[in-house]
Amino acid sequence: MAPAAARTETATETPLLSVNNIEVVYDDVILVLRGVSLDVPTGRIVTLLGPNGAGKSTTLKAISGLLGTENGRVTRGSITFRGEEIANRPPEEIVRRGIFQVMEGRRIIEDMTVIENLRLGAFTRRDGGAAIRADIEQVFHYFPRLKERTGLAGYLSGGEQQMLAIGRAMMARPRMILLDEPSMGLSPLLVKETFAIIETLCAETGITMLLVEQNARMALKIAQFGYIMESGKIVLDGSRDDLADNEDVKEFYLGGDRERKSFKNLKSYKRRKRWL
Amino acid sequence: MISSLLLQLILNGLIVGALYGVVAMCFVLIYKSTQVVNFAQGEFLLIGAWTCWWLVTSLELPFPAAFLLTFLFMMVFGIVLQMVVLRPLIGEPVISVIMVTIGLSIFFQAVVKAIFGAWAQPFPEVFPVKSVDVFGLPVQPAYLMSLVVSVVIMVAFAWFFKYSRMGLAMRATAFDQQVAQSLGISVKGVFALAWAISAMVSALAGVVVGMVNGVSSALSFFGIKVFPAVIVGGLDSIVGAIVGGLIIGLLENLAEYADSQFLHLGNLYSVAPFYVLVIILMIKPYGLFGTKRIERV
Ligand SMILES: Nc1ncnc2c1ncn2[C@@H]1O[C@H](COP(=O)(O)OP(=O)(O)OP(=O)(O)O)[C@@H](O)[C@H]1O
Ligand SMILES: [Mg+2]
Repeated sequence: MAPAAARTETATETPLLSVNNIEVVYDDVILVLRGVSLDVPTGRIVTLLGPNGAGKSTTLKAISGLLGTENGRVTRGSITFRGEEIANRPPEEIVRRGIFQVMEGRRIIEDMTVIENLRLGAFTRRDGGAAIRADIEQVFHYFPRLKERTGLAGYLSGGEQQMLAIGRAMMARPRMILLDEPSMGLSPLLVKETFAIIETLCAETGITMLLVEQNARMALKIAQFGYIMESGKIVLDGSRDDLADNEDVKEFYLGGDRERKSFKNLKSYKRRKRWL
Repeated sequence: MISSLLLQLILNGLIVGALYGVVAMCFVLIYKSTQVVNFAQGEFLLIGAWTCWWLVTSLELPFPAAFLLTFLFMMVFGIVLQMVVLRPLIGEPVISVIMVTIGLSIFFQAVVKAIFGAWAQPFPEVFPVKSVDVFGLPVQPAYLMSLVVSVVIMVAFAWFFKYSRMGLAMRATAFDQQVAQSLGISVKGVFALAWAISAMVSALAGVVVGMVNGVSSALSFFGIKVFPAVIVGGLDSIVGAIVGGLIIGLLENLAEYADSQFLHLGNLYSVAPFYVLVIILMIKPYGLFGTKRIERV
């Protein structure tokens, strides 16, 4: 047992995914990421937080290769997954390597059923129908409310569509899921439910996750580590507790604390409006 | 009351309509998965039929072998056409792509005429009997074969899009190319596959029509009939294509009946589908089965 444990220990030391100082340009001229670096260790949930337009989705697309579909490119730096360079590779290759992106806004196939959407998630798999059927059952185990929905996926509620999007990602049996703003447009209760499922799912299946969120409070509840991004740069990183205790993070991302109302803090709010 | 002429025409209408439906399906397949309006669809029939005819008459291959070889040739033809001509046009304006497919249509017609001449050539007899009896009506065996082939193709399409991995991938690509890519689907592969299937199946229809009417450039006119069929059915609906094809086939033959019995106008057979096209588009601008996207409130 001991050597196995030691191996796991070293495995967490070299991160599963490592983004090193990447620069991303859209349409050959629009510079969006200006030197972003981040690491995601095996089996962890890492969150990437930041305001609108910071470049969070762009970072995920750079990793998954979907940047190419929007005429974007990684022009500097490297992205390594399991030690191999994957920057600017086509998305189908990256899915096969084990990274699956759940895009912002869920993006399920609306004119297909739940089952058909799930089967599509398994597109790159070569193992037969029985294994895929078993995995569909596993998705239903985590998201029982999907099982009752037999109509077209377009008629699912927003929360159910998000669950389907995550379930579809699981069907690919990825090593890593890039999850973009799962809380978007969901009621607080549903956000709570969805995040709880994500947490158990990652713990039980060992899937590594890079979670992009605007809802920092929820994200920091399930992530072990976090990065904060603004205007195309990482401005802060730290463990869940470091970030949750950080005054600036509290002020800008967690919000809602009592002292915020006082005049003194309002002034400091203005002073520290930007990280850079 | 119903004369045997009328019955005969209805049967013809269904048989020809099913073939229209098959070719319309091929057209919709390309439109749905690659957003290309393929004006060269009729030429797939033409090229397929001439290829098969050449294999049977010049190389004297037995018909089944020629049929199979034609099938394979058209698959490669479709893929090469997509890769060489259409792939570089991805992202170009719709009108440019339409001009290119119109250009392809004219080009293929000219090439085929240069190689095989302008005259219709009969297919050597494939079936031992001249006609078989269906409910007391004499029907050419090639017609029967055509109906069987159409139905088999339709069932195969239905199965393919509902259950096969590539079929689902093609539907996903038709719905949203970026999502398809995020699932690991190669959009280039899907495009090539769509053209391959479309060319193969259209060629099959071409061979069947060629066996009945002889092989000639009239086959590409058969392709033109597909436009009313797809527009009646809705440009993006496979089921609509089949129904549209049947409607057009029946309509032509009923128009023929009305014309020959009562009206004596002469050419109603060819124009009736287009009248109906205009009327249907006025009532249902998306066609009978065309989809508007689901909008959840
Ligand atoms: N396809 C594109 N072409 C050009 N510019 C783009 C493209 N996609 C994003 N951008 C620009 O890149 C910047 C970062 O966008 P991105 O979508 O990565 O932000 P985000 O952090 O995900 O924001 P949000 O929280 O609103 O989703 C924005 O200024 C945006 O306008
Ligand atoms: Mg985003």
